Amino acid sequence: MNVMAALGAVVVIAAIGALGAQASGMRSLIGVIVPYAAITTFILGMILRVARWASSPVPFRITTTCGQQKSLPWIRASWLESPYTKLGTAARMALEILLFRSLFRNTRAELRPGPRLVYGEEKWLWLGALAFHWSFLVVLLRHLRFFMEPVPNWVLALATLDGFFQVGTPELLLTDVFLGAALAYLLYRRLGSPQVRYISLFTDYFALLLLLGLAATGILMRYFAKIDLLAVKQFAMGLVTFAPATPPAVGWLFYAHLLFLCTLIAYFPFSKLMHMAGVFLSPTRNLANNNRMVRHVNPWNYPVNVHTYEEWEHEFHDKIKAAGLPLERE
Amino acid sequence: MTETTPRPEQLVRIDYRPPKKSWMDPSVEFRKGTFCYSALPKNLEYLGLPNPREWQPFDKDWKLPADWKRIILEGMKERLEKYRSFRLFMDICVRCGACADKCHYYLGSGDPKNMPVLRAELIRSVYRRYFTPAGRLFGPLAGGRELTEDVIKEWFYYFYQCTECRRCSVFCPYGIDTAEVTMIGRELLNLIGCNINWVLEPVANCHRTGNHLGVQPHGFKDSIEFAVDELEEITGVRVEAPIMKKGAEVLFIVPSADYFASPHYYTLLGYLMVLHEIGLDYTFSAYASEGGNFGLFTSHEMIKRLNAKVYAEARRLKVKWILGGECGHMWRVMHQYMDTMNGPADFLEVPVSPVTGTRFDHARSTRMVHICEFTADLIRHGKLNLDPSRNDHWNVTFHDSCNPARAMGLLEEPRYILRSVCRNFHEMPENTIREQTFCCGSGAGLGTDENAEMRMRGGFPRANAVRYVRERHGVNMLACVCAIDKATLPTLMEYWVPGVEVGGVHEFVGNALVMKGERERTTDLRGERLKNKEAAAHA
Repeated sequence: MNVMAALGAVVVIAAIGALGAQASGMRSLIGVIVPYAAITTFILGMILRVARWASSPVPFRITTTCGQQKSLPWIRASWLESPYTKLGTAARMALEILLFRSLFRNTRAELRPGPRLVYGEEKWLWLGALAFHWSFLVVLLRHLRFFMEPVPNWVLALATLDGFFQVGTPELLLTDVFLGAALAYLLYRRLGSPQVRYISLFTDYFALLLLLGLAATGILMRYFAKIDLLAVKQFAMGLVTFAPATPPAVGWLFYAHLLFLCTLIAYFPFSKLMHMAGVFLSPTRNLANNNRMVRHVNPWNYPVNVHTYEEWEHEFHDKIKAAGLPLERE
Repeated sequence: MTETTPRPEQLVRIDYRPPKKSWMDPSVEFRKGTFCYSALPKNLEYLGLPNPREWQPFDKDWKLPADWKRIILEGMKERLEKYRSFRLFMDICVRCGACADKCHYYLGSGDPKNMPVLRAELIRSVYRRYFTPAGRLFGPLAGGRELTEDVIKEWFYYFYQCTECRRCSVFCPYGIDTAEVTMIGRELLNLIGCNINWVLEPVANCHRTGNHLGVQPHGFKDSIEFAVDELEEITGVRVEAPIMKKGAEVLFIVPSADYFASPHYYTLLGYLMVLHEIGLDYTFSAYASEGGNFGLFTSHEMIKRLNAKVYAEARRLKVKWILGGECGHMWRVMHQYMDTMNGPADFLEVPVSPVTGTRFDHARSTRMVHICEFTADLIRHGKLNLDPSRNDHWNVTFHDSCNPARAMGLLEEPRYILRSVCRNFHEMPENTIREQTFCCGSGAGLGTDENAEMRMRGGFPRANAVRYVRERHGVNMLACVCAIDKATLPTLMEYWVPGVEVGGVHEFVGNALVMKGERERTTDLRGERLKNKEAAAHA
């Protein structure tokens, strides 16, 4: 149900883009107004969301420790998995953000007759996630060639590297393959595993299908239904220099692609995609396990009702005395 | 074990296929053996907690306060503003499902709402409906869900079906910690009086008498003296165990089960022997006579209320630093909450072992040291005369308790001790120890008899790993450093892996420790004949 609804939503977006490509008024709407609105929503939304997270304090240092603590000098502490220094914590975060360290731990449990629970390696999710995120980043960076003149050398170098195998014309870019394959795998996994399908919401499918639509239209334009890239570049340069030109009539794929992108970035701050920013703030990962070394201050720490020693001694006075234990007041 | 508990072979028929009905349907069946009974009104009244009344989870009418919905939503708002963890964990989950089969309750029950992701979604769906624009506008399409009385019942069922062990948080790519979600969920439930007696009675007792069991000062003294007498019978050495001694160097805090329950008691004997042997100037306290803190399973405020006694008593007794016994959740509180809540401990000194001179620099702010850190340091410096052959009748494996492993990183200290005092030691499989350790299935206040079936389900992954080393290496002893483990693992072992006993690390130190002036030992602390003595008897 959820997946069909999401598919429907994505098809509607593509249809609007495709239809809009036919009329020049609509082209201006999808090509100029929507992108500016989407970017504005993205920037404001991101700021708002991150500010909102940041406005909630971190009252306790609740690091999840995944290795040996720093204690006795002759016990080797795990500076990375149970970091106790700023550097260690930064390294732990870097591994988490760049290489998805925690996801790399993933295992799959299986109940076999016996009964016997066994845990197997399960790296596919990690691999799929890593392939998707990194390829998507490279694809985004490659797109800078449409927005910069002259195109920086590193962007050109990135594209060259990406087409390393020099297969076909235009040459096949590895990240296109990885991106498509990773997204397909992630969708397959979401639908194929009964457990993951059970927990999946409309929004989970929507994000995936939106990305798939974005990638598919891009790939189609690059390899199959080639469009006038010069016109696209001219138009893109207009957008970034705040002097938007009349959107060119370059076919429906381009407008579907653009509308997918705009939907994605406008939707981003209101969705789970905010994990991109949130991962930096996760208190179980970005705090050092130095709790007993350095006091963590809770800004809203308030006095509470406690049972004081005096009250306790008062209540049990005679029993304490009879037991021969020392008293404050005889 | 109650009579209705299914046999292991029945229980292990676990169906992992999700049901037809959507998880958004909150209806829950309160089946005997899978939930805990409600808190008695007297306990809530004593603590000044809201809505004390007679009720049970299987009742149709939970007698919630008239404005329960407002209380919950305002409580959520307040906590979203106070805890970045809570707000963030409500927002950033992508439902990748990596956590799903990491939960012992899911593995043991197959109930999809025991997948950590879904356990959190139970509250996230309400968050989205009432606190996000998309949820307000689009409801279920944006993953939002109405807050109804059935949702409260569902929360109660599943937030008291999580042991806050944090195993899922190790695997989550964003470090989302279900313990944090469950803790806040329970805090919310407490606002409308939906809590369980197995947690609230120890809390009330601890508040009043100083410990979970409600042991009063004279009872405390009797227990400790009983241990001293028994130790003299076993070893011929009379140890000193001072109580409320002002000016002692160290205040020693142990979980109350150590002096009142078995097999914890043998751990206490072990502590007493070590501390006597090295001549540590220490004291117990009858006021701060509990290391454990069931406030952790109630609310952050309750953690602080109960924990306050530790520093207060250290200050009153004018000790220099604090030593803590073997207990899991106690150490989550001591390590991650105490200093922040009730510190700074500037009236104490940085702990230094008077025997080895080691300065415990890693505890320089909190000024509290774990007994395993302390004893490992003694052994390393050769300060204990140990005869590991006295543990030869035990083939030992080590169960990392959740909190020392995942909220502290105390992994090597107990292992170093065990390897020094036992000659037969075998690790369980890698995926089931250290930071990946499996919970006993009864932590976070769920270790009660009426919850027996759920406990056996939750403990299944742990038991399964023990069975592996039992079959492969003949392991007959599961060592651990947690009072809840010692209370609940014996039942779990009896159910899944008969023939495996449970004991604390310091019990084995006690067995191996050769004391000055001791008489020849023929039994261990449990009264079991030593292996070499047995051989001699047969010869």
